Amino acid sequence: MNEMTEHDLQAYVDGRLDAGRRQAVEAYLAANPGLAAKAAAYRRQNDAMHTAFDAIADEPVPARFRKPARATWPALSYAAMAGCLAVGLATGWMVREPAVSPAALAAARSPLTPVSFARQAAVAHAVFSPEVLHPVEVGADQEPHLVKWLSKRLGVDVRPPDLNPAGFQLIGGRLLPATSGPAAQFMYQDARGQRLTLYVRTHGPDTQETAFRYEKSDGVGVFYWIDRDLGYALSGDIDRARLLEVAKIVYQQLAG
Amino acid sequence: MGRGSNSLAGDELAMWNNDRLIEEQIPRLRRYARALTGDAMRADDLVQDTLERAWTKFALWRPGSDLRAWMFTIMHNVFINQISSARAQQEYLPLEDDALEVAVEPAQEHALDMRDLIASLGQLSTEYREVLLLVGLEDLSYEEVAKVLNIPIGTVMSRLSRGRERLRKLMAGEAATPLRRVK
Repeated sequence: MNEMTEHDLQAYVDGRLDAGRRQAVEAYLAANPGLAAKAAAYRRQNDAMHTAFDAIADEPVPARFRKPARATWPALSYAAMAGCLAVGLATGWMVREPAVSPAALAAARSPLTPVSFARQAAVAHAVFSPEVLHPVEVGADQEPHLVKWLSKRLGVDVRPPDLNPAGFQLIGGRLLPATSGPAAQFMYQDARGQRLTLYVRTHGPDTQETAFRYEKSDGVGVFYWIDRDLGYALSGDIDRARLLEVAKIVYQQLAG
Repeated sequence: MGRGSNSLAGDELAMWNNDRLIEEQIPRLRRYARALTGDAMRADDLVQDTLERAWTKFALWRPGSDLRAWMFTIMHNVFINQISSARAQQEYLPLEDDALEVAVEPAQEHALDMRDLIASLGQLSTEYREVLLLVGLEDLSYEEVAKVLNIPIGTVMSRLSRGRERLRKLMAGEAATPLRRVK
């Protein structure tokens, strides 16, 4: 071979030449040590890329990459309802609440009615707060990531308030489907293992109700309110006065 | 329970299967995204955006064609949009120590190459980095790379050639003048 094309050299590096062509390139390189050294360096680049990054492809796929609306979530939401029945939270409305369909999720966000909002929050609390192994999707040790992720999915900045003044530490958070879009849930725990959840979602443009309200069903108390473009619901199985105290902290921090 | 009892009827089952096909691509998409962005969090955000677009555009994929190349095409487009809006090209974070954590006790002679590689990749312009990674790491054919990046195959080859040489110089510690513009 008198001449070697650039294409030949690159294809040789990538091992994409047939045997005849490869031998010709090898003969050429043998006579051109400078070029041979470059070819060897290029091969080492490929090797180094695999050494550096292959391990990522071997990691288990993080839960955040599972399709939220259709494939994974419906199964979970039926399980979630079963879970609610198990913890005795079930009331008539839950049976009437339709399962979330892809069409509903894809549809424009409907106005948020405070009552359904509080119920969604209470259900989410009842389902996830007893969870031992997987109470959250992203732990508090990755709080910046959690904040960035949930903010991105909700389309507005959301961040977990600091409830340490009330004795509750952040455990982490998760993404949930609300009736017509995403919602975020942050979970907190006190020294005795008592858990609170803060449920956050955007709401439709027509929402009139912004008052601070309280609702209780089967042991789970929920304070909920709407502040600018977000609805908040703080749920917990603690007495109303203490829950209110925490809710005020949340409100002050998020309004500030 | 409403839809609960009769779910996974025909349409839904088909969608579920499509989602499974897409999910199978995730490990390689994550690997490529990490190498491309140099940052674990940005990489996973890129994967997330790519998946969301793939889920909604899946009807446009032609069954029988290479799903992996299709997903890389989507990722390329998402990435280009991101860097053109955020000028993220300058934000490539060669995490060095953090990035090294991904390696599982590499052989000693590889460790040096790898450290140099991660630092040097970040100094390559995006155009070169994409081609080098799609060929060298993801093992796409030159034709597939041309399709993914929507450029002629001659451009793939010239970027490959120049990018490898530039990376070689960077890894060898030779200061080269930055190649800002590429054909």
